[in-house]
Amino acid sequence: MNITDLKIKRILNSTKTIACIGVSPEKIRPSYFVLRYLYLKHYNIIPINPKYEGEIIFGQRFLSSISEIDPSVKVDMLDIFRRSESVLPIVIDGLSHLKNLKTIWMQIGVTNSVAKNLAIAAGLEVIENRCPKIEYQRIFGELRMSGFNTGIISSRLVLN
Amino acid sequence: MSDTESYGFDTLQIHAGARPDPTTGSRQTPIHQTTAYVFRDAEHAAALFNLQEVGYIYSRLTNPTIAVLQERIATLEGGVGGVCCSSGHAAQIMALFPLMRPGCNIVVSTRLYGGTVTQFSQTIKRFGWSAKFVDFDDLSTVTDAIDEDTRAIFCESIANPGGYVTDLDKISAISDKAKIPLIVDNTSATPYLCRPIEHGATLVVHSTTKYLTGNGTVTGGCVVDSGKFDWAASGKFPSLSEPEPAYHGLKFSETFGPLAFTFFGIAVSLRDLGMTMNPQAAHYTLCGIETLSLRMERHVENARKVAEWLENDPRIEFVSYAGLKSSPYHKRVKHICPRGAGGLFTFGVKGGYKACIKLVDSLEIFSHVANLGDARSLIIHSASTTHRQLTKEQQEAAGAAPNTVRVSIGIESFEDLLTDLDQALTKASS
Repeated sequence: MNITDLKIKRILNSTKTIACIGVSPEKIRPSYFVLRYLYLKHYNIIPINPKYEGEIIFGQRFLSSISEIDPSVKVDMLDIFRRSESVLPIVIDGLSHLKNLKTIWMQIGVTNSVAKNLAIAAGLEVIENRCPKIEYQRIFGELRMSGFNTGIISSRLVLN
Repeated sequence: MSDTESYGFDTLQIHAGARPDPTTGSRQTPIHQTTAYVFRDAEHAAALFNLQEVGYIYSRLTNPTIAVLQERIATLEGGVGGVCCSSGHAAQIMALFPLMRPGCNIVVSTRLYGGTVTQFSQTIKRFGWSAKFVDFDDLSTVTDAIDEDTRAIFCESIANPGGYVTDLDKISAISDKAKIPLIVDNTSATPYLCRPIEHGATLVVHSTTKYLTGNGTVTGGCVVDSGKFDWAASGKFPSLSEPEPAYHGLKFSETFGPLAFTFFGIAVSLRDLGMTMNPQAAHYTLCGIETLSLRMERHVENARKVAEWLENDPRIEFVSYAGLKSSPYHKRVKHICPRGAGGLFTFGVKGGYKACIKLVDSLEIFSHVANLGDARSLIIHSASTTHRQLTKEQQEAAGAAPNTVRVSIGIESFEDLLTDLDQALTKASS
């Protein structure tokens, strides 16, 4: 496994609570696919989108912003479903409000070098332009089932 | 998708996609001879049908044995994913189907396998698609042939019946500029000799029947996606970028990003065209592909020795093999397929059509069959067989003139191949 894959595996294994910024409750939206998947994989999810404030999804209430997260909740990761140019204030908000934050994750198509450097300087790990659902499926072998190049090779027996 | 460059080709051809069976520990990939798969519960079933989860539903779509082969080929090609299907011809339709609508066209090389020429010049017209055949060594005619309805450029890396190597870098520069995908048939070269994605190809298609299986047992095909093409940017590929009614309005390119083409191949193309590979075929191909690099090295070595011998024989008009120093494509080989020009080539026999027929009928080791990429040496007189549906001009362009035979050099002792050709040429020229 290469260095990037090891880093992603470590993040996916150690993360417990993910604040999902800009997710949609509409069932055909990619962000809904991701939210539902992370929920099924037993991550604690905190949906954030002012458009849907107060709505309930997978037992969780939509918040309108990061600052509304209860300070007693330890958020490990921000998963950002917003345009690249909107990322910086989200990361600044996250760094100031979420003391336990360890990872900034930007979805496919989302990159922001200023926000990335800020987060790295604060001691966080940053993933850009990837999807945690796809990466989870790849690293832990689910994408195998549809013929994707997972890059994972192992001769070890992992029993079901 | 992943940096697999840390493993060598010879490791990947054995291990990529496979793992010890998680139920039994079986080391070789089991043949999953089943049509359907039990769902965990109703919610799991619904999520699979909605494409919210990856998993097995029905073997028209996916199968665990075939999935291993798909990942193996995708990995060897350096793509993000692969979809296997029932033959190389099926793979070509699987590659085009997501891109095309009635009225759309493709710009294709004149130097193609005869069966592909027929598929593109005749059969696809029934879908309302068309193909423009142009000389891919004349780059301006390739550019000029592209119009607003063109949805892909198509060529072979090492073209069947051999002797020609496409300058993939120059062709991909044209497809990039036109913002349309380049589809490369890599059957004759295999990913051991040529990796079209590294030269700018968007999609790679294979007849797995040939070198990948390597023993002439089963037919199969595969489409590999590089994951590098932006299907939504131009609006020209609505199957991938617009809402899909059969999946509640889901947009493949938006939902699956670089995996969109492969998901579409399974969820729409295989689902509704049904040209599925069977797990037995995948098993044979998985067994064969483990030794691909070793076989290709011998194919190339034997082909070069046989071609050089023929080139110096007075009974021969010409030898068209890109691996010969005399070939106009010799330099291109070093760049496009540096490990060799493949095991396939043509040669002209003095005495024309009749001498070719006599030669083919006099051989004892070479088999007269319509196939290539087998461990055993094969020969065919293209003009009277695979290319007989073509016009004389098409035959000439494809390297299948009446005085020409095509050989697929096997991995036998090359001295025996020379002896066999020598005795048959003597009969053919008497």
